[in-house]
Amino acid sequence: MHRFANPGRFLRLSNVILPWIAVLAAGLIAVGLYLALFVSPADYQQGESVRIMYVHVPSAWMAMFIYTVIAAASASSLIWRHPLADLVAKASSPIGACFTFLALVTGSLWGKPMWGTWWVWDARLTSVLVLFFLYLGHMALMGAFDSATRGARAAAILALVGFVNVPIIKFSVEWWSTLHQPASVLRLDGPSIHPSMLWPLLAMGLGFKLYYLALMLVRVKSELIAARLNARAATAAQLS
Amino acid sequence: MSGFLGLLTRDLRLALRRRADASLAVLFFVLSAALFPFGVGPEANLLARMAPGVIWVTALLAVLLSLERLFLADYEDGSLELMVLAPQPLELTVLAKALAHWLTTGLPLIAAAPLLALLYNMDPAGLPMLILAMALGTPSLSLIGAIGAALTLGARRGGVLIPLLVLPLNIPILIFGVAALDAALGGLNPRPHIMFLGALFLGSLVLAPIAGAAALRQAME
Amino acid sequence: MSLFEGHDLICIRGERHVFAGLGFAVPTGGALVLVGPNGCGKSSLLRLMAGLIRPASGGLSWAGTPIGDDPEAHRARVRYVGHLDCIKAVLSVRENLSFWAGLHGPAAAGEVRRGLEAFALEKLADMPGRVLSAGQRHRLALARLAASPGELWLLDEPTVGLDTAAQGRLTAAIAAHREAGGRVVAATHTPLDLEDAQTLALAPFAQAARSAEADLGAEFAW
Repeated sequence: MHRFANPGRFLRLSNVILPWIAVLAAGLIAVGLYLALFVSPADYQQGESVRIMYVHVPSAWMAMFIYTVIAAASASSLIWRHPLADLVAKASSPIGACFTFLALVTGSLWGKPMWGTWWVWDARLTSVLVLFFLYLGHMALMGAFDSATRGARAAAILALVGFVNVPIIKFSVEWWSTLHQPASVLRLDGPSIHPSMLWPLLAMGLGFKLYYLALMLVRVKSELIAARLNARAATAAQLS
Repeated sequence: MSGFLGLLTRDLRLALRRRADASLAVLFFVLSAALFPFGVGPEANLLARMAPGVIWVTALLAVLLSLERLFLADYEDGSLELMVLAPQPLELTVLAKALAHWLTTGLPLIAAAPLLALLYNMDPAGLPMLILAMALGTPSLSLIGAIGAALTLGARRGGVLIPLLVLPLNIPILIFGVAALDAALGGLNPRPHIMFLGALFLGSLVLAPIAGAAALRQAME
Repeated sequence: MSLFEGHDLICIRGERHVFAGLGFAVPTGGALVLVGPNGCGKSSLLRLMAGLIRPASGGLSWAGTPIGDDPEAHRARVRYVGHLDCIKAVLSVRENLSFWAGLHGPAAAGEVRRGLEAFALEKLADMPGRVLSAGQRHRLALARLAASPGELWLLDEPTVGLDTAAQGRLTAAIAAHREAGGRVVAATHTPLDLEDAQTLALAPFAQAARSAEADLGAEFAW
């Protein structure tokens, strides 16, 4: 079992599927945006600003989803020492942080017309903010070591510890926010959501997921190539 | 077990011989808490209302301050290698180090907290709850902090990294620590908050040695 | 005869191969001296033998049992003296030593005294660690070997900074250890006076690198 056991197979596979995923992601996001901006109705209470939801909600989904992917990759890196798992975690972390940031920014933009202020210490916003900090810590730890292997190993342990803590943090933040203020007034999670709103939301959600997958594959690929070049340079230096 | 006690007594002896270092965290705690009135003004009611939050937040930061040295000295002089090679499970080693850290940092903070409560004009009826909540909460801070300290060994500028890793994980302790005190001061039942603090302590008692030991092992590579 | 063996060991540090395809066997009472230029992986091999790092490939075994099957038993027999001396400045020489002896079971005062005597540290016993000279610090690190008996000594540059008398004490301690059935693996640049020791010459950079290049070429064919 060598550290770079099967990058060749991975690269061949990713070269085949990458174009399909990329095209599909672009198509879904285009369709989703069209439905969201032109077809779906404006909300009777929130007006046009409800359309922020079609970016905000999928981003928030992605924030959680990517953290789960990182935790799963970290577990398989620590338990089975799978050679690609570290690279998947490393490639995913900045993407996840960006989605989390996007969720925060769109949430804040949405909050301005609804709550009259850019930021409220609402339970959801606050726990997404904490998740953003977790991403930042993961990225910082990953890059803090001179040896990439050590950075990956340490970040993997942190990701698992963080993953165990995410539900606890979310729960305690919700507890805290109900203590300090009544639950926020306007929530659109009614019992059912109208299909004209559901379809664009689903299209955007799936589009975001595929977009993440494509981006992640590209990043893993470039990490692999960089590792190969580094190894080449190191051996060349030793040979001369 | 002899290894656990040996390590604990050694760390306590080291702290005792470097008393100046050990007292820094308490000094920081008192000093930084004393800054808030300059920021928000001396109005007694406002300060009394802020007291639980200020005491907990500054305690959190004071614990952070001393975390970097938790494993770093042993890492730098090679002692950590020998601890990893000792027959005693590494999880127990992490536990012993965290316990020593709590005894030298958490315990003095608990002792100093009533003084701050006094300065903040907090209702003395809340003092027992302050002590109880801190006694349950600060060990978790040491335990979770031990994970961060172990993870950053060998990192560039580990001291700056630790807060970034540890603070988000400490938020639940902060929330329930403050809530317990607030409830007691407001005449509500603090029991559920205290139970949660206890649960968080038990959880970190299990999680921290495992994660910390894994982090120390990979730091040997 | 029970052997401490390693076979087909590959060690990767960072992105480069330190060594590949390395093997050794140390019998009861045996000694193995690792030689080779800087950076050829002597220290890495010792850390690997101690169990501090894992080999990228290959395995270590003790009397036929893989080390990984019972790491605690392996830790109980390993005594490792590396480049770092593990001395706390504010603890006395005796306190430093008895702490390390205590990690391997309750420290008997007699054993600590034996460790101090073996490296002529009795007079310094109550001095704090910070006043020791480099050679004295190194002697204190070596004294751990005598203060808590273990079957396998792993020594990284054990003679660095030692005067002739201390070197004599080290050779005597190693001889006594082997007499009692213990094994020694030492990495060194200066010739160690050990009776019928095996020598393992680690390949200098270029050779290891060439084999590594061949491996990488095979693995990265895409």
